Amino acid sequence: MSAAISSSMNLKPATLLRIDEVITHYPVKRSATLPLLHLIQEDVGYISDEAITWVATKLELQPINVYEVVTFYPMFRQKPIGRRHIKVCRTLSCALLGGYKTCEAFEHAFNTHRGEISPDGEVTIEFVECLASCGTAPVVLIDDDLHENVDVAKAKKLSDQIKSEATRRR
Amino acid sequence: MIALLKPDLITVNIDGKEIAVPKGTNAIEAARLVGVDVPYYCYHPKLSVVGNCRMCLIEIGLPAVDPATKTPIMDPATGKQKINWIPRPQIGCATNASPGLHIRTNTAQIKDCREGVMEFLLVNHPLDCPICDQAGECKLQEQSTGYGRGYSRYIEQKNVKPKRTQLGPRVMLDDERCILCSRCIRFCKEVVKDDVLGFIDRGSYSTLTCFPGKALENNYSLNTVDICPVGALTSTDFRFKMRVWFLKQTNSIDTESSVGANTVVWSREGVIYRITPRQNDGVNDTWMADTGRDLFKAVRAPNRLTAAKLDGLDTSLEIALNTAGAILKAAGRTVALVGSGRSSVEEHSLARKLAETLGASTHMVSRSGEGDRMLISGDRNPNVRGALVVGLIKKLPTAKLTALGGAIDAGAVTVVVSLGEDLHAAGLTTAQLAKVKIIYLGTHADATTGAAQVVVPTLTVFEKSGTLVNQQFRLQKFAKCVPGPAGATDDLAVLAKLVVTAGGTATLGDLPGVWTSLATTVAGLAAISYATLPDTGLLLDSTPFASLPFCEGETFHYQPAATTAPTKV
Amino acid sequence: MPAPQQRRIIFKHIDAPGYTNDLACYVRHGGYEILKKAVTLPAATIIDEVKKSGLRGRGGAGFPCGVKWGLVDRKSGKPIYLVVNADESEPGTFKDRYIIHQDPHQLLEGIMIASFANNVKQAYIYIRGEFPHGARILEQAIAEARAANFVGPNILGTSYSCEIFVHRGAGAYICGEETGLIESLEGKRPYPRIKPPYFPAVLGLYQCPTIVNNVETLCHVKHILEMGGETYAKIGTPNNTGTRLLCVSGHVKRPGYYEFAVGEITLGELLNEVCGGPLPGRTFKAVIPGGSSAKILKFGETFTLKNKDGSSRTLTVEEIPMDFDTLAACGTMGGSGGVIVMDDSVNMVEALANINALYAHESCGQCTPCREGSLWMKKITARMVHQQARSEDGALLKSVADQIAGRTICAFGEACSWPTQSFVAKFGDEFKGYAETQKEPKRADALELV
Repeated sequence: MSAAISSSMNLKPATLLRIDEVITHYPVKRSATLPLLHLIQEDVGYISDEAITWVATKLELQPINVYEVVTFYPMFRQKPIGRRHIKVCRTLSCALLGGYKTCEAFEHAFNTHRGEISPDGEVTIEFVECLASCGTAPVVLIDDDLHENVDVAKAKKLSDQIKSEATRRR
Repeated sequence: MIALLKPDLITVNIDGKEIAVPKGTNAIEAARLVGVDVPYYCYHPKLSVVGNCRMCLIEIGLPAVDPATKTPIMDPATGKQKINWIPRPQIGCATNASPGLHIRTNTAQIKDCREGVMEFLLVNHPLDCPICDQAGECKLQEQSTGYGRGYSRYIEQKNVKPKRTQLGPRVMLDDERCILCSRCIRFCKEVVKDDVLGFIDRGSYSTLTCFPGKALENNYSLNTVDICPVGALTSTDFRFKMRVWFLKQTNSIDTESSVGANTVVWSREGVIYRITPRQNDGVNDTWMADTGRDLFKAVRAPNRLTAAKLDGLDTSLEIALNTAGAILKAAGRTVALVGSGRSSVEEHSLARKLAETLGASTHMVSRSGEGDRMLISGDRNPNVRGALVVGLIKKLPTAKLTALGGAIDAGAVTVVVSLGEDLHAAGLTTAQLAKVKIIYLGTHADATTGAAQVVVPTLTVFEKSGTLVNQQFRLQKFAKCVPGPAGATDDLAVLAKLVVTAGGTATLGDLPGVWTSLATTVAGLAAISYATLPDTGLLLDSTPFASLPFCEGETFHYQPAATTAPTKV
Repeated sequence: MPAPQQRRIIFKHIDAPGYTNDLACYVRHGGYEILKKAVTLPAATIIDEVKKSGLRGRGGAGFPCGVKWGLVDRKSGKPIYLVVNADESEPGTFKDRYIIHQDPHQLLEGIMIASFANNVKQAYIYIRGEFPHGARILEQAIAEARAANFVGPNILGTSYSCEIFVHRGAGAYICGEETGLIESLEGKRPYPRIKPPYFPAVLGLYQCPTIVNNVETLCHVKHILEMGGETYAKIGTPNNTGTRLLCVSGHVKRPGYYEFAVGEITLGELLNEVCGGPLPGRTFKAVIPGGSSAKILKFGETFTLKNKDGSSRTLTVEEIPMDFDTLAACGTMGGSGGVIVMDDSVNMVEALANINALYAHESCGQCTPCREGSLWMKKITARMVHQQARSEDGALLKSVADQIAGRTICAFGEACSWPTQSFVAKFGDEFKGYAETQKEPKRADALELV
């Protein structure tokens, strides 16, 4: 039964292996909810209702238990986003050093608003809370990489970099 | 100093009043015992404590002791042990009685706490009172009146959330009204074991919901409506029908099964609008099944009997009863009486008198279904045990009236008195029914009423008073909520009349009269009367019936007696 | 007079040229020697050293670590868990990040020593989701340490076993609250638990006795065992012992992270000498000394404190030594060590609006005052800045904040109300007059904070 569900989930074999391994880290299966959601999101790009049901079955929970968690944590998304994820910090230290202008610069460069997928499908920009690197404000997380001292000029440079990487890929 | 008490009682001091309470009592319950009201929303005596509403904040003080020597520190001003008051208020629901616990609920700080919590609850709450069903029984209304500041300082935009969600077939959800107390979630998870509700999103945008595709559809869903302190969860059936302050409340019993859940029937001007559970910690706590709440719909069903009938034609009650009496007298000793597991104890006793007068055999039809291990038992008759206690039957009822059918075929029975049972559904064939004269006392038309010579309309449980004995052998009383339809007569009056017209000695056909007789003739009911029976019922002695193979399995507050079957090796 | 020197014990190897985060490098610098010593000692001895050291938690609450360990229920027979709080999310704080990314083995050694001392067989590192590299670095480090028999079954030839797993969060500040963290680790919404009865030392993870310690605190444990508790206690200030990591951000010339003996440096020395003072042409206006939850200090105000002998002393903001007790006596807190500096270009209403938006977003929503109050305060300051301010809004903000603090399930209630209370108390005029400020035309290069 779960094999049929997992094949319709289209998760990579490596992901399924890691899922089974991470469940063994905890004496109570429910604890594996966050790790499983991270693994699925990294694999598929977002968490569908189907994925929620799949995780619930896997961990012997009810779908509502997983749904509650997915909607609570801002890092989990239920819809696809752009190819690259740009998270600009909006909290006090970064704002004091111009974080709002940095975010506007990114939005301007990709002709998009926060929370949307840019017209070229390349980025989604998000304004997030403190990324714990206040000494090098303003900071920006692009996918997994932290970029520091991102003023408007550097934002433009990073945007150009993302665009040229996109062109090279095509 | 702490007085010498029974080991499990602890003295606490609430607003200067001392009271001894059992160990484990929380501050809210302790305060209730001395008449002090501590307001709350999320606390419920039958659910786990979460402490999230913060409405029950109170000041706590503990007796001061020297940390090194543990000797009490005295207050020279009062001569009593000094009380160290904790500066930060604590929630009462999570504060259990401990020796010397002092509680203050009437200080300026607590007044401010309550005003604060009330203000916060109202900040995003929609101004729905005029259209909200909860009005009149809404905790938010009551507590803002009692403990709120009385005016609003909020000029920002209120949160908007889904407003009319059909959470399940019987429950409507308005997320804007929800104060996120989580009582409904805890009830479904802890009591019904159906973990189907939850909060999504975060902070003030948190919203109650089911997972897409799932619904709140278990057979206890309406209890969430009862315990919802506001109008977020409402009954779809009751929606917009009636303002609760117009309704009269009458205590009754759910007749769905032998559990005998205690209920309250809400009616106005002879019409019933809804049924809710009534607290009985020995039977149903504060819950009842959804299906039990629908039973009042039968009162005005299209097939309700409203006129006495003789051979299918309307007649007067007097003629019907006289004719019935004549038939019974003429039958000699060939009468069979089919009692019903749904009759009250009083009706069972008059039925027994009738049967004795006629020398009639007594039968009863069982009604079973699968118990849900909660508040619906396997026996769908509410009062089989009542019939046993008064001696109407000696053995448990059977599913089909096979014995009676045989007796009819053999010619031993020529008249059957049915007290509301459909003989055809109980296994008698049309042919068998045709062989006998049938006298039917009941509430609704069915295959038997069509075949009966005499039909006398009687009352449903909502239209009369009486008692029932549940699976625990608990005697519980129900009271008349609404008058019966014009052509229907009280069962006791009819049975008493029949006894006389059948040639028996006159007997009283009213509740006190029946009980005077019961208290002296039935050993198990000695010294009991309807009037003095407590609202939570009275456990009767079940030992005379201990060997009977009752069909019920485990439900709330009921364990079947251990079987005598040998254990497997 | 020159500013006091840094005393880099925890940060000894951070940014050190040639220092890498692999096991070999750590061992070359004497790594895991203290663990080797620890497993030869009775557990009670290690706990005693930590008690003697006077180490106070470095996550923000400053609760004495030895006392916390002493509260653990060791009689229940249930397994004891150690949970490492690597959820670093308090605005202004950026210290655990460097330990995790650059010197992870120092943390692991601290974890193993603390686990051994408390008979813990299973430890979890709860790391915030926004440190994806950090999680990978920690997992790699644990694998290395396990291969070298420092972590896992029967470490270092003993019969003691302890496993460590990394568990990633997913973007919720409230997971930094110890019981919220435990709920998150159990796979649920991180709703903090009511205390009583759910004290982690008794009913923590999986309702078992649990120790929750901050990353930096556990690193101190290793050094305490190395030098001895009494020696450690001599560093810093009585009751405020050892060193602590301070993070300075905002309007200073040289923001960054620094390690000083507790109380040995004043706020003024830190900001002016170590961090180079205000930006060109600017003057210091306000500073939050312990993460955004701490009450704000206004440059120019003074504090009169009682000395032990009954006399009093008056301190300016610059003269406050950066220790827990003095900062508390001045009406704020040492907290997580996140120092946020604001200069005269900042409008305090707008700064508070930025902070209120954070707390409204991060409130878990479990209890009434924080859930509704944090969002209300955010809506007020957002309206003041973006629409129409009223002169009474400051008083309203304070009143709302007063209804939250002390009335909630967890300290988030204080965290979200202290900024509002202190901003309005110390900069009340700016709140009263903000409506007037709004009438002035906005400059193109004006600082946008919300």
